[in-house]
Amino acid sequence: MNELVVKSQTPGTELDLASNYYTEQFVTVIIADQLLGLSVLNVHDILGPQKIASIPLSRNEIAGSLNLRGKIVTAVDVRQCMGLEPADINEQMHVVVEHLGDQYSLTVDSVGEVLNLHPKDHEANPPTMDSRWRDVSMGIYQLPERLMVVLDVDKLIGSIGEIKAA
Amino acid sequence: MDDLLSEFLTETSENLATLDVEIVELEKNPNDKELLGNIFRLVHTIKGTCGFLGLPRLEAVAHAGENVLGKFRDGELEVTPEGVSAILECFDQIKYLLGELEETGTEPEGNDQALIDRLNAIADGGGAPAAAEQPESAAEPAPEAAAEAEESSEEAPEDGDDLQELFNSTPGPADDLNFQGEEKAETKEPEPSPEPSAESPPAAAAKPPAPSQDKPADAGKKEASIATQSIRVNVDVLEDLMNMVSELVLTRNQLMQILRSHKDSEFALPLQRLSHITTDLQEGVMKTRMQPIGNAWAKLPRIIRDLALELNKKIELQMLGADTELDRQVLDLIKDPLTHMVRNSADHGIEMPEERVAASKPETGKVVLNAFHEGGHIIIEIKDDGKGLNLERIKEKALENGLHTAEELESMSDKQASQLIFKAGFSTAEKVTSVSGRGVGMDVVRTNIEKIGGTIELNTVQGQGSTFMIKIPLTLAIVSALIVESCGEKFAVPQLSVVELVRVSKDSEQQIEDIRGTSVLRLRNRLLPLISLEKLLKLEKFEIFASNKKQVEQSLKEDLGFIEPPAEVEAKVETEAETEVEAEAEEAETEAEAEAVKQPDEVENTSDNDNVMKESEDSAKLAKSEQRSLAEKYIIVAKVGTYSYGIIVDDVFDTEEIVVKPVAPILRDISIFSGNTILGDGSVIMILDPNGIADSTGEITLADDAAQSQDDYGSKRNFGDNVMSLLLFKAGEGGPKAVPLSLVARLEDVMAEKIEYSDGRPMVQYREKLMPIIKFDATQIMPEQGRIPLIVFTDRDHSMGLVIDDIVDIVEDAVKSDLTSESENIAGSTVIAGKATDIINVSYYLEKAFGDWFRRTGVEGNQETEESKRLLLIDDSMFFRNLIIPTLSVAGFDVKAVSSGKEALELCEQGYDFDVVVSDIEMPDMTGLQLVHEIRSHSNWKEKPVVALSSLMGEEDIKRGLEAGFDDYIAKTDRESLTDRIVKAIQSKSSTEDAEEAA
Repeated sequence: MNELVVKSQTPGTELDLASNYYTEQFVTVIIADQLLGLSVLNVHDILGPQKIASIPLSRNEIAGSLNLRGKIVTAVDVRQCMGLEPADINEQMHVVVEHLGDQYSLTVDSVGEVLNLHPKDHEANPPTMDSRWRDVSMGIYQLPERLMVVLDVDKLIGSIGEIKAA
Repeated sequence: MDDLLSEFLTETSENLATLDVEIVELEKNPNDKELLGNIFRLVHTIKGTCGFLGLPRLEAVAHAGENVLGKFRDGELEVTPEGVSAILECFDQIKYLLGELEETGTEPEGNDQALIDRLNAIADGGGAPAAAEQPESAAEPAPEAAAEAEESSEEAPEDGDDLQELFNSTPGPADDLNFQGEEKAETKEPEPSPEPSAESPPAAAAKPPAPSQDKPADAGKKEASIATQSIRVNVDVLEDLMNMVSELVLTRNQLMQILRSHKDSEFALPLQRLSHITTDLQEGVMKTRMQPIGNAWAKLPRIIRDLALELNKKIELQMLGADTELDRQVLDLIKDPLTHMVRNSADHGIEMPEERVAASKPETGKVVLNAFHEGGHIIIEIKDDGKGLNLERIKEKALENGLHTAEELESMSDKQASQLIFKAGFSTAEKVTSVSGRGVGMDVVRTNIEKIGGTIELNTVQGQGSTFMIKIPLTLAIVSALIVESCGEKFAVPQLSVVELVRVSKDSEQQIEDIRGTSVLRLRNRLLPLISLEKLLKLEKFEIFASNKKQVEQSLKEDLGFIEPPAEVEAKVETEAETEVEAEAEEAETEAEAEAVKQPDEVENTSDNDNVMKESEDSAKLAKSEQRSLAEKYIIVAKVGTYSYGIIVDDVFDTEEIVVKPVAPILRDISIFSGNTILGDGSVIMILDPNGIADSTGEITLADDAAQSQDDYGSKRNFGDNVMSLLLFKAGEGGPKAVPLSLVARLEDVMAEKIEYSDGRPMVQYREKLMPIIKFDATQIMPEQGRIPLIVFTDRDHSMGLVIDDIVDIVEDAVKSDLTSESENIAGSTVIAGKATDIINVSYYLEKAFGDWFRRTGVEGNQETEESKRLLLIDDSMFFRNLIIPTLSVAGFDVKAVSSGKEALELCEQGYDFDVVVSDIEMPDMTGLQLVHEIRSHSNWKEKPVVALSSLMGEEDIKRGLEAGFDDYIAKTDRESLTDRIVKAIQSKSSTEDAEEAA
């Protein structure tokens, strides 16, 4: 029994180590034509347009809540967070992430492929970046055709709470 | 069986199971101190508990075992196989005794002297004679069985003999048992009980290679039977289970909902069964969380006993229905309130024995706790046969605390008055005892009970006692809720707080009526305040925007040419909005195209991103629903404690069992929601919290006002610090008048016929006294008949009525203007709600009514200060002087007011004496800071308390003020605490003086 466990663990760890070491995986999403990446480890689910129940008196950044297989997930309007023009919530895709033990869904325009990216392509935020973006960005990846901003989910959702608290 | 005993049994069996494993470990690593310590501790615990529970036989065995273990632990004895075997034997005996205990509830007869002797012998020196015969049998099996299970079977009989020997020395039931056990070991070996027999080598390895092969089998059985009775499960596991069942219930509900739309489905039957099973499962899981309420009562007898001793009362506590079960979570939450209330009953309720005898009651007072189930609720009664509540005292206290006016109190029924004790800051205990009256009052109890959706009621009969009835739901996890709709959004309202539903339509008996923008409903001759869910949740943004816009367009079109007084604009907008919407609806139906063209403007404004067509459809739909809802609305009458109010909604659907799920942390600050849930159709809805709504209503009105004045009157709110409540009224000539609400005692209407004249002055009989009536000014004509509205100013015994024409409103506003007035009766003018408004000089009227008002109030006004304190007020603003003098006078100060620091110092030099000096900071010529410096440095007032009264309330300002020598620094607007703080300043000053003198 014990042996079995050990055996099954070892190769797994090696694999994980390898992939972690060499590349990182990102779920790519597009918001207002900007490519954003979320670490695949953060992403629980990707959903198509959902029925969103609005929450009266909540902040603009909160789009509402939705029923994810019996769990209530709060939808965060990423466009609002980033100070972009709002889009029709009924046509937005949802990326479900976890923040401090609770699930949130981030509304995005569309979801692209999962990319394996090498840390060498990673660069820090340009200091001239819009502060709203800089606050929630963990850096930029240079892809052949375009640039991908790495989205810091915790900061994005955390900032909503902060504004509320203030 | 005794609760304690069964708990002990469960716990000890668990401990023993651990011990068995550990002691074998120990044999392998004899020097593992930590392990030894562990074992020792466990045995020690068993011994200790036995002593506590009065189990001498068990205790003796455990004690002997502990002795040996103690020596092992201290290194006095080496851990030998013999020793370990003896210990194991000791454990087995303990198990056997436990088994008997479990079956019969008492220890079996007999003694364990042989075992104890052997253990003692080991403890004394390892190889004592009593243990001599042991080694052959006990020494071998232990290590071998651990290593090689096969051999243990061979040894089993030998061990059995060993045990036999032991058991022969114990007569009574032990013999039978032993016999049985042996038989079992021999004949029923394949039995899958945890026998460490040959067939189950792993078990044998894990179990002790005990010398008593059959004994563990037997004990094992007992262990299992205890285990089936109760096992310890981590609460988290139960919570998880509960959550999952909740989910299951939700899914079931969804399925049932789907089923309803498919009439002849083949799924109907299985779903029906699923539904039943789910319900059973739900109940079953719920039961796992249930605990008898007696657990929460366990401490009470002791509390009552101590109380009785301390207070010299004779009190008997009766507890009925202690086995009534309720949810663990609920139990935890009501524990403290219950304790508090029982204490209260004993402390406040039950009289002293002499009093009781005098009242021909039995000397011993009785407090009865009774719990029982009633329709999904548990009812807990706390009844005492004491003196009942002193309603008069309660009313007095309510008056003192300013909770109610004397008039309100007079019209209160006894029942209503008794509910007052649930209000904050209400302890009528004449003196604070160590038990109650510490300010943690019934309000806390009520809040705690309401938090869990419970209610509390009180019945009291003077002289016969009081009864509290607490009604709480059995569980918090699943509640039944009413689904309502407002503006197309659905919400759930917990059924528990819903008292009734009222439907109002154009032709219904009940109508929503309006008092200056506040909706009320006449319900059985009582006014029920109404809260519109639509407004509360700001659901109506779009419609209002649209109609506002139209309103503007229309007024432009019609070229009315005048601007409405701002205060009325909103009301107008509202009424017109209604008619507008109706019109809009028609328009939308007949001229859909035209509407569609018009919409885009509005769409832009509302920053909505829906496409044009959709928007127009929506708006038509909205308008229609609005039209319908105008004709028909529902009012949910909710009750929070004793406060009832109505929530206006558009529609009411059925009730559903919902699982309350907490909202995401980032939404927690919205107090109006207690959680959210998923309905049968899969949609997510918010659960309204009636408590939160009740709490927020006050704030909501304020917030609305603030928003309005910000919008309408621009920057005035910048002086937010100076905001005060003003009563606006019309009287005499000119614009509206205002008086600070804090000075107004009451508003009254008197019949003109009731006015009498005495000494040529108009009077009215008011509460069995004559109250002088003062006209606002000379030009005012007193109506000959009909009602005359009065503003009553009062000071304890003396009241005066000021005749006015009409009450306009109460506003919260920043009073800023220092424009003083020529007329004596006007203190100044300011802009309120966009209009120039005169603020009346109350002191002028008071003086007119009672020439000696100030002197008199000075003498008898303030009960706390025996003689009136002389107070010097320095403020350059006539306006504020006039505002503050009456406040201070009413509070019992003899006030002298001057307009500058220079004048104050002159008074000082002339030898005037004051008890306290109150000064403004910002003054021309000499600021308050300079003044206090002067006073402190070289005047005969330097010891006097000097208090700053300023509108500069920055931290720096306050610091500077205190550094300059002020004893306290009070905000001009902080009228409520003004007098308190002045009194405090006087007291603290005099006490320090006393101290200095004493030194």
